[in-house]
Amino acid sequence: MNVMLNLRAVKGRAYPRVIGALREPSWAFWDTFLPILSMAAYVYVYKSLNAPKEFEGFVILGGVMTTYWLNVLWGMASQLYWEKETANLQLYLAAPMSKMSILAGMALGGMFATTVRGVSIILVGVFVFQVDFVITNFWLLIAIFGITLVALYGMGMLFASLFLIWGREAWHINMLLEEPVYFLSGYSFPVKALGLSLSVAASFIPFTLGLDAMRQLTFPSMAEWGLLSPYLELAILVIMGTFLVLLARYALHYMENLGKERGTLTMRWQ
Amino acid sequence: MDAITCENLGRLFKSKKRTVEALANVTISVKKGELFGLLGPNGAGKTTLIKVFTTLLLPTSGTAHVYGYDVTKDEKKIRPIINMVSGGEYSGYGLLTVKENLWMFSQFYGIPGKEADRRITTLLNRLNIAHMEKRKLRTLSTGERQRVNIIRAFMTEPKVVFLDEPTLGLDVETARLIRIFIREWLEHDPDHTVLLTTHYMMEADELCDRIAIIHQGKIVALDTPQALKNMVTKEISLKVDVYPEIGLDWLHSLDGIIGFKSKEMGGKVRVRAVVDGEQVVGDVLAGINERGGKIQYLQKEEPTLEDVFLKLTGRGLE
Repeated sequence: MNVMLNLRAVKGRAYPRVIGALREPSWAFWDTFLPILSMAAYVYVYKSLNAPKEFEGFVILGGVMTTYWLNVLWGMASQLYWEKETANLQLYLAAPMSKMSILAGMALGGMFATTVRGVSIILVGVFVFQVDFVITNFWLLIAIFGITLVALYGMGMLFASLFLIWGREAWHINMLLEEPVYFLSGYSFPVKALGLSLSVAASFIPFTLGLDAMRQLTFPSMAEWGLLSPYLELAILVIMGTFLVLLARYALHYMENLGKERGTLTMRWQ
Repeated sequence: MDAITCENLGRLFKSKKRTVEALANVTISVKKGELFGLLGPNGAGKTTLIKVFTTLLLPTSGTAHVYGYDVTKDEKKIRPIINMVSGGEYSGYGLLTVKENLWMFSQFYGIPGKEADRRITTLLNRLNIAHMEKRKLRTLSTGERQRVNIIRAFMTEPKVVFLDEPTLGLDVETARLIRIFIREWLEHDPDHTVLLTTHYMMEADELCDRIAIIHQGKIVALDTPQALKNMVTKEISLKVDVYPEIGLDWLHSLDGIIGFKSKEMGGKVRVRAVVDGEQVVGDVLAGINERGGKIQYLQKEEPTLEDVFLKLTGRGLE
């Protein structure tokens, strides 16, 4: 494998997303402002109930991770389908680099763009809602955050290949996945509140465990609401992330071969 | 070793309702340094053949090779040495500038940054769009965008370039510029090879060393443009403007008509026909008279590739 070629390809494909986040400030405003509105509603519910302040922090952290989930759904999973519509896909496929480089570039670029939004949400949480983050283990927090993103974007890479096979259905699947995942991941409440069986089911969504672990590490006084220990959650996320990335690699290869057999990698007019 | 070859190549597209034979027993061989044209109407199988050679589509029968590499097994060896451009292509990202888009695509071929910069600048100058390098892609016209696509394909210094209707919908000036560029690129290195598809007969005639005429997935003729035109030297190529518009179905059954096409032109109809001898010209003119048509313009012409196509398939290219 030509490592330099693939690293350059990752950089090349990440570039439009990084530029997109910086060149169009209006996008950043709407992508940050609108999620904050829905998040603020939950914060005010907790305020009105006189719930511990940490619950407001749970929502802020949930809001941050939700932006990544939305990016995975709309910026990763659907992306190859859109690339096909614009003729970029056939150019990617006919180029010599590994196609995983394209997905990795999309993921890294997407992470960067979404992190800009995530940081904005954290700042709103700290300065507008006066949420105190008490970080007990910084490096573990960073490791869990990083591995959660790997697992989450690994899922996005997998979906990208599958959605390409499913075509237009992808749009509906995205919409179908959006709200249930908000609920199951415990975006606005600790996932433990769902009970054991639902919590276990929810753990198959990568950011459920990641969010739960990060909440434990930033709001230690509410550790009782933690589902599993952060170390165990990290271990599960590592396994999940590795599995999803490998599965994505297989799915991409399978999709490419199937598309070459069926003639579905390009639009008929291309 | 030839640059591009295929033998008895076939491609079927199957759906629940029907099976379409896009390519049937196609055999061609393109030499290194050659500009080889595939001439045929829309839906003839030109794009399908390009997709097979560019490793985007598997053949259902036969074999295809690029630089000796099998398209079904050696895609990793083929992809670094080829590139492609399609007519009306909207690749790239509108948010990025022309130069940024080109740089991005250069990275997919592993070209180091400074070298990519050098190649992009040279080609932007060659195609007269250096002043647009900082413009966002979405602000370009179709012709400007196609020049960018051409640069995208040639900056990777491929050995073989596949051009699928590269001048489709372009203004005369841009199309001419692109044709000159392609010819110069070929002359720059004896190993450079181009496979070009087009349904513009003038383009095929002007550019190509050899031409394969493709119709309904089959190669119906293959030779140099002049040799193809020689196929119709015994016949007469006729252009007639008739007014008012009259029905022309009777031409189908007229003895000696090899092929014809007609085009309505605001109250009159232009007929282009290849006929077998002077006697048939008289029969055509008499037939028009009998049906109330008047001859506004009549010309016997030098045969063109379109006449060859008419002779071989009985229909026009467009």
